[in-house]
Amino acid sequence: MKFVVCVSYVPDTASKINVSLDGKSIEQAGVTYILNPYDEFAIEEALKLKEKFGGEIDVISLGGDKNKESIQKALAMGADNGILLKDESYRDSMAIASGLAEEIKTSNADVIFFGKQSVDYDNGIIGQLTAELLGYNCVSVVTKLDITDKTVTAEREIEGGKEVITTSLPVVITAQKGLNEPRYASLKGIMAAKKKVIIEKTPSPFQSKVVIEGFTKPAPKQAGKIVGTDATAAAELVRLLKEEAKVI
Amino acid sequence: MENKILVFLEQRNGIIKRSSFEIASYAYSLSQKLNASIEAITIGNDISNLEETGNYGISKVWHYKNAQLDLYSSSAYKKIISSHIKENGNNLILFSNTSMGKDLSPLIAVISEGALAVDCTKLEIENDTVQVTRPVYAGKAFMTAELKGKVNVITIRPNTFPVTKTSETNAEIEVKNVDELDLSVKVLDVIKSDSKLDVTEADIIVSGGRGLKAPENFKLVEELSQVLGAATGASRAVVDAGWRPHGEQVGQTGKTVSPNLYIALGISGAIQHLAGMRSSKYIVAINKDKDAPIFQVADYGIVGDIFEVVPELINELKKIKGNE
Repeated sequence: MKFVVCVSYVPDTASKINVSLDGKSIEQAGVTYILNPYDEFAIEEALKLKEKFGGEIDVISLGGDKNKESIQKALAMGADNGILLKDESYRDSMAIASGLAEEIKTSNADVIFFGKQSVDYDNGIIGQLTAELLGYNCVSVVTKLDITDKTVTAEREIEGGKEVITTSLPVVITAQKGLNEPRYASLKGIMAAKKKVIIEKTPSPFQSKVVIEGFTKPAPKQAGKIVGTDATAAAELVRLLKEEAKVI
Repeated sequence: MENKILVFLEQRNGIIKRSSFEIASYAYSLSQKLNASIEAITIGNDISNLEETGNYGISKVWHYKNAQLDLYSSSAYKKIISSHIKENGNNLILFSNTSMGKDLSPLIAVISEGALAVDCTKLEIENDTVQVTRPVYAGKAFMTAELKGKVNVITIRPNTFPVTKTSETNAEIEVKNVDELDLSVKVLDVIKSDSKLDVTEADIIVSGGRGLKAPENFKLVEELSQVLGAATGASRAVVDAGWRPHGEQVGQTGKTVSPNLYIALGISGAIQHLAGMRSSKYIVAINKDKDAPIFQVADYGIVGDIFEVVPELINELKKIKGNE
């Protein structure tokens, strides 16, 4: 089977996010970048399927040279080939999906994995967009996956429960936490990954229809009042919630 | 350009969700300001509260009906909605940013060759420009962007806009029976989780963290939730430790929430957690460490032992609930 995993390169979730003085961009100073956390579940699931069915895993990322670090990590975990669709300029989700779809179309993949969202812009839509551009089936926010012959059964997380979904190959899956336990790259894997050449390609241009105007920080929250320091404060807290905040 | 707004009403178990009425209400206020036309579309079998849509200002609802559409099917739903848009010339499509809205809206955006912005908390439309504001980095910042599609597809974060009753009139329902369905992606079954209420849909959330010391102590969180009719949430630390299911996790790699009241028990307030809940209208923190970062965002705090404070809080709440 042929698998593709699409990965992104995002600020560590522990990063403080500051807006530049002109309000046009996010400050880069002091921000550490990592492989998108949800992409680890995507890579792990592809590795598990490869162990079961045999085959090959391509890892694709669209972005600047720095994205090679995310590809590198996927290769170290056990993916076979790395492809960078190199474009340093801003692309909206649709434009990213378009670049990815163009590449995936040539690979005859059976299953294409994404993390369910990138923890930078938090859109959570690139998997679905790519699937529709390719005309493939799609199941998003998946916590369990089973593939038998050409039939795909997946569980996706919804409000207050899960949907059990059936579909067929080729399919795009976006991975949610809980799908699996991502493995750590072995030393051998890390060494082997360093020897692999990441193929660079230039994606076709695509006009972004979501044009960013700027960024702002949320208004700082006023520190509230300390109602008390032991259980006797409970009655006063209940009074405040009822009479002052009016939320109970 | 004349704006023709289409609101997608999401049904689960034959009931239109409250978050759909939020966007219906919001769309009505937009249509008044813009002098735009507004209609709604829903897909499902029997739907009990569909006519209620009229109360929120939408006079016409298209109901695409088939017994097999009771459960969600992205392949069937996308075809119905996109051909409706094509036929009726809608250029602004609103979804609620639910799991269904987020799964479906990108497919609609591709088919209608439109622009897509999800999880928006603000929308400004003037003449021909559509501008959206949405949280990024789990709410650590907001992004403002202009949408330049001929069709603009937008999902709106639940709990952002109120449900506003503007009339007593029922909506006119036009039922369209659907014969041919594309069920290439189809929900077979829905498994409900043990916790009744999802954190993204709750007015009140009670969350627990490492301060609870052991998974069995979460019954304290559940008991307080029950008294308040609240959903139960959890910090990443206790989810990663396997004490609680991931569906309850609030924060940057969990769910972003904005309830009316958020009560944090034994949660110190890591930056990822604060990002996911700081937009709650009121925040209560109970923690024995007075320097815990959670107190910086809390409206009300009690610096004390949760095992002493929470049982007393439950008693006090039961007293006032008893008087009501």
